[in-house]
Amino acid sequence: MDKIKFDTKSLDLFYGDFQALKSINIKICENEVTAFIGPSGCGKSTFLRCLNRMNDLIDSVKMKGEIIFDDKDINGDIDVINLRTRVGMVFQKPNPFPMSIYENIAYGPKCQGLKDKTQLDTLVKESLTKAALWEEVKDRLNKSALGLSGGQQQRLCIARTIAMNPEVILMDEPTSALDPIATAKIEDLMSSLKKDYTIIIVTHSMQQAGRISDKTAFFLMGEIVEFDETPKIFTNPNDKRTEDYITGRFG
Amino acid sequence: MKSEHKNAIVADKIATVILYCIAGFFLLLLAGFTAYIIVKGIMAYQPGIFSFERTGIGVELFNTVYLVLISLIISVPIGVGAGIYMAEYAKAGKVTNYLRICIETLSSLPSIVIGLFGYLVFIYMTGSKYNLFAGALAVSILSLPLLTTVTEDAIRAVPSIYKEGSLAVGATHWQTIVQICLPVATPRIITGVILAAGRGFGEAAALLYTAGMSSNVNLNIWNPFDPMSLLCPFRPGDTLALHIWALKTESMTPNADQIANFSAAVLLVLIFAFSLGSRLLGARLDRKMSGK
Amino acid sequence: MICLIEKLKKEYLGRSIVTLLGIVIILVTLSITGFLFYKGLGTFVTYNHSVWEFLFSSDWKPADNFDGGGKVGAAIFIVGSLLISFLALLIATPFSIASAVFMTEISPILGKKLLQPAIGIFVGIPSVVYGWVGLTVLVPAIAHVFNLPYGFSVLAGGIVLALMIFPTITSVSVDAIENVDNGYKEASYALGTTRWQYIYKVMLPSATSGILTGVILGLARAFGEALAVAMVIGKMQTFPDNILSATNNMTAEIASDMGNSAQGGEFNDALWSMALLLLIISFIFILIMRIIAKKGEEVK
Repeated sequence: MDKIKFDTKSLDLFYGDFQALKSINIKICENEVTAFIGPSGCGKSTFLRCLNRMNDLIDSVKMKGEIIFDDKDINGDIDVINLRTRVGMVFQKPNPFPMSIYENIAYGPKCQGLKDKTQLDTLVKESLTKAALWEEVKDRLNKSALGLSGGQQQRLCIARTIAMNPEVILMDEPTSALDPIATAKIEDLMSSLKKDYTIIIVTHSMQQAGRISDKTAFFLMGEIVEFDETPKIFTNPNDKRTEDYITGRFG
Repeated sequence: MKSEHKNAIVADKIATVILYCIAGFFLLLLAGFTAYIIVKGIMAYQPGIFSFERTGIGVELFNTVYLVLISLIISVPIGVGAGIYMAEYAKAGKVTNYLRICIETLSSLPSIVIGLFGYLVFIYMTGSKYNLFAGALAVSILSLPLLTTVTEDAIRAVPSIYKEGSLAVGATHWQTIVQICLPVATPRIITGVILAAGRGFGEAAALLYTAGMSSNVNLNIWNPFDPMSLLCPFRPGDTLALHIWALKTESMTPNADQIANFSAAVLLVLIFAFSLGSRLLGARLDRKMSGK
Repeated sequence: MICLIEKLKKEYLGRSIVTLLGIVIILVTLSITGFLFYKGLGTFVTYNHSVWEFLFSSDWKPADNFDGGGKVGAAIFIVGSLLISFLALLIATPFSIASAVFMTEISPILGKKLLQPAIGIFVGIPSVVYGWVGLTVLVPAIAHVFNLPYGFSVLAGGIVLALMIFPTITSVSVDAIENVDNGYKEASYALGTTRWQYIYKVMLPSATSGILTGVILGLARAFGEALAVAMVIGKMQTFPDNILSATNNMTAEIASDMGNSAQGGEFNDALWSMALLLLIISFIFILIMRIIAKKGEEVK
C-alpha cells in the first residue's frame, strides 16, 4: 500500500445553512493522480479548496471533521501559509499575475524570503522546464505574462506552483478554459509530474479523468458515492448512481 | 387612438430636441467660461508677472505647488493605508461601520469648517503664525476621504483570481496586498491622487486662516529653516486661489484685477494639465498592466 | 521565535499599520466634531444665549470681548444660506437631470465623448474662479439687466452655486440611470412606447432614489460653499426683499469675520456656533441620504 498523503475523516462543510459536503471520508495516496468527478454543484471543487484552506477566504464557511495531512489536522492549529507552500493549487481560469513571466515564477519563493539572484534564476528555469514551457518563453522572460496564450498561461501557473516545490498539486478544472491542443499538453504534463508530486484534479470531463488518473472519486450532492481505481470506476462501478453518471444518463 | 399615438411621437421628438439643446447649452457655457478666463488671462499678461516680486505671482505659484505637495505627502500614506484596511482587513461590524460614517462626515464637511478647525488646532493652540504646513494639514484632511474611498474601490476591483493565485503559492495576506493588489490598483489610485491634488490647487476657504493671505519671502535666503526663506514650510504663504480672493477683498495694488485675471487663468491651466496628465498616465499604466 | 519574527515582518506589521491609519481617520473626525461642539456651545454655555435667539432672531451684534452681552441672532445668515442653496438647487436640478438623460439615453456616444469630460472640467474649476467670474461678469450683468445700482444678490449667488453643483447632481444621476434594469427598457419598447414615454414613465421613476441622493449631495455642497458665494452675495446684514437684493449667509460671515474676532470672545464663539450648525446640517444630509439609500434597496 502506498503512503497516504491526505486522510479525511467525516468532514462536513456548510455555507451558512447550506450543507455543501456531507461526511467525506477519503484517503489520498502519494505520487498518484486522483480525480474528482461529478455533476456541477456536487461539492468536488469545494472539497479541493479544503485541502489548502482556500475556503478561509469565504467568511460564511463552517467545517466539522478532520483532514489529516502528514499526521496533522490542517483545520487545527497549523500554519496556513506553510500548508499552502506544501500544497499548491492551479485554478480553473489561468491567473498569472500582471507582471513579467520571470516575476510570476519568482513571486512565491521571494515571498518566502529567497533573495539570491542566481538561485532564483535556476529555480525559474527549472520550473519552466518542468512545466514544458521553457523553450517557448526563454527569450521573453521579462515580458508580461498576460501576453501569453491561454494554454501557455496555464502552464505558467503550473510552473509557478512547481517553483514552491510543493508535495501536492491541486488542480481545479485546469483545462476547462482551454482548447483541445492546449488541453493535451497539460494532460501530458500531468503524467510526467506524477512521479514527483501527488496530484489531485477536479474535472468535469470523464474522458480526462479516464486518461490521466490512477484513482477516481465520484461526488454527488456533497457526498462521495464511490472511490476506487479509475479503470474499475469506469468499467465496473459498484454503485448504480456512478454507472448512470458514467454512461451519461444524467450529469 | 390614432391621434394619441401621433401625439406621443411628437412629444418624443420635442423632448429629444430640448434635451439636445440643453446638452449643447452646457457645452457652450463651459467653452465660453473657460475661454473667457483664458483670454482674460492672456490679455492681462504683462512682462514680469511671473516674477517673485510683489507685483508678480511667482511666489503664489510656488506656494500652491509646494503646499499641495506637502499635503499629498501627509495624506496619501494615510488615505491609501486606511483604504487598504477598509478593503482587505475590515470585517463587517461596528468599527468598520463607524469608520465609514467618519469618512462620510469628513467628505461632507464644508471646507471653511475644516479651515476653522485647522486655525484652532494648528495655529492658535500651537501658538504659531499662519504657515504653509498648517495649510497643508488642512488640505490633507479635506482629501483624506477621497483618497480612502478611491483606494478601497480600486483594491476591491482587483480580480479575486489574482489574490487566490498569490495565496495559493503561500504568500501572506499582507504580501498579497502589497505585491499583487496594490500594483494592479495603482492606476486608479493615481487618478484619485491627482484628483485630490487638483482640489488642493483650487482650495481657498480651508487656507484662509491656516496658510494665511500673504507671503513675505527673501529670495536670497535658501536655508529652509529660516522663516523668510521661500523653501521654509513654516512661513505664511498664500496660494493662487487665495491670492485671487485676497486681491478681490483687500487689494491694495493698482492692477489687482489684471493680476487676478491672470492668476485665474494660470490656476485653470494648472488644473487642466493635471487632469489631462492623470488620464494619460492612467491609460498608460493600464496598458502596461494588460501586457500590450 | 524566528517564525514569529518572520510572521511579524510578513503580515502583522503591515496589518497593524493600516489598521492604525484607519483609526487615525476616526480620531481626526472625532476631534473635528469634538472641537466644533466644544467651541460652538460656548455661545450658549459661557455667554448664556438661548438656542432660540441664535436660530430665530435677526439681531446680530455679538460683542468682540470676553464680557458678552451682545446679540447673537443668526437668522439672517441662516435664511441667506437656505435661500441661495435652494435657489441653486431649483436652477440646477432640471438641467442636471436633462443632461443625465441625454448622456444615458439620447446620445451615449456624445455623452461619453463630450459631456462626461466637460463635467469633469466643471468639477475641477476652483470655487474662487467661479466666484471671480461671478463677480466680474454675472454681477454687472444682473445690475445691467434689472437696472440696479449693484448686482450683488441672492440671484447671483444662486446662479454661481447652480453651476458648481450641476456636475455633482448630473454625475450621480447618470449612475442612477445606468443602474436601471435594462429589461425595463426592452419591455417598455416591446409594448410600443416611444423613447420619451419610456424615459419619463419608467426610467426616471425607477432612478428616483439615486437622483435624490445626487440632489442632496448638491445641496450639501451648496450649503458648505464659502468664498464663491461671499464674492457675489453683497454681505448685507438684512433679510433680502426679493431674489435681487443682497444679503449674507453663514459661510461668508464666518470667512470674513473669523480673523477679526478674538479667540474665545462672544463674537468668535457665535461664529463657531454657526460652524457647528453647518456640521449638524451636514449630519442631517448624511442621514437623509442613508434613508434614501435604504428605501431604494427595499424597493429592489
